Amino acid sequence: MSSPPSSSETRYRDGLRAAIAVAATVWFFGASFGLLARAAGMGVLAPLVLSATTFAGSAQFAITSILGTPGGAAAAIVAAVLLNTRYAPISISVARLFHGPRLRRLVESQLIVDESWALASRGGGRFDRRLLLGAGLLLYVSWLSGTAVGVFAGDSLGDPKNLGLDGAFPALFLALLVPQLRAPQAALAAVVGGAIALVLIPVTPPGTPIVAASAACLLGLRGSKP
Amino acid sequence: MSPVWLVVLVVGIATWAFKAAGPVLLGDRELPEPVARVAALLAPVLLSALVVTQTVGGDNELVLDARLAGVAAGAVAIAARAPLALVVVIAALATALTRLVS
Repeated sequence: MSSPPSSSETRYRDGLRAAIAVAATVWFFGASFGLLARAAGMGVLAPLVLSATTFAGSAQFAITSILGTPGGAAAAIVAAVLLNTRYAPISISVARLFHGPRLRRLVESQLIVDESWALASRGGGRFDRRLLLGAGLLLYVSWLSGTAVGVFAGDSLGDPKNLGLDGAFPALFLALLVPQLRAPQAALAAVVGGAIALVLIPVTPPGTPIVAASAACLLGLRGSKP
Repeated sequence: MSPVWLVVLVVGIATWAFKAAGPVLLGDRELPEPVARVAALLAPVLLSALVVTQTVGGDNELVLDARLAGVAAGAVAIAARAPLALVVVIAALATALTRLVS
């Protein structure tokens, strides 16, 4: 007789099923990016290389909308780099999951993306390595294949917003945030961080609110266990 | 180099560096106790910031649109202890339906 699955195993399976739903969503956004990139005059190869190397939706969408405007390349670089600066604190939060030679850590770290990171999050600063890399790989394949379809045949797919897919991501992040709010200090930090982001959205360039919100982590210096 | 490829190159290298920062520079070494307590709060804080920016974030403005209904429906599903995948599907459906009727 087999023992009942542990709670971490249950959460792993729940996370994996969610990763499949998220991967389908990400695929549509990849296709949408491919289509917009083509329309922005990026050609066929550049959007594919960008999806393969940058692998971060919001920054890539920003590039397609800015590249054709005055200021072009420089403005697109500034906006995209600013949007992706959040990956510095994000990658620091999961640093402990990575072992072995630096080159291997460098390659594996490229599977960090908002959704794989969020799915792997277990609260109290803990993360599930299998979910981070498994979901990351699934989302990577999905993003890249979606981009390819969008670049070559995007017109026929339509806008992912018509499918409501832009509302799916914040709900996913909320679902992964809620179990982490039981610890009072984490709840307070989350509220402060969310408030910082909310206040800064209208007055700073996109990307800045999330990076500035991480200042709320300094509440951890106040002592008690998070 | 064409402007397009310059963007691909610079953004690609910068993003690689950001994503590699923690795993390559820190790796699995133990952090000093105060730093570890700060790092432990990164997940709730960044998740919260992502919820806020992706629900009401616009181009330098707050935008209240169908995403809000999607997240609200997702919140109900979360409160009802629905599995994650179902939360995602419900939120997308609610967003799409709200956009359809508004």
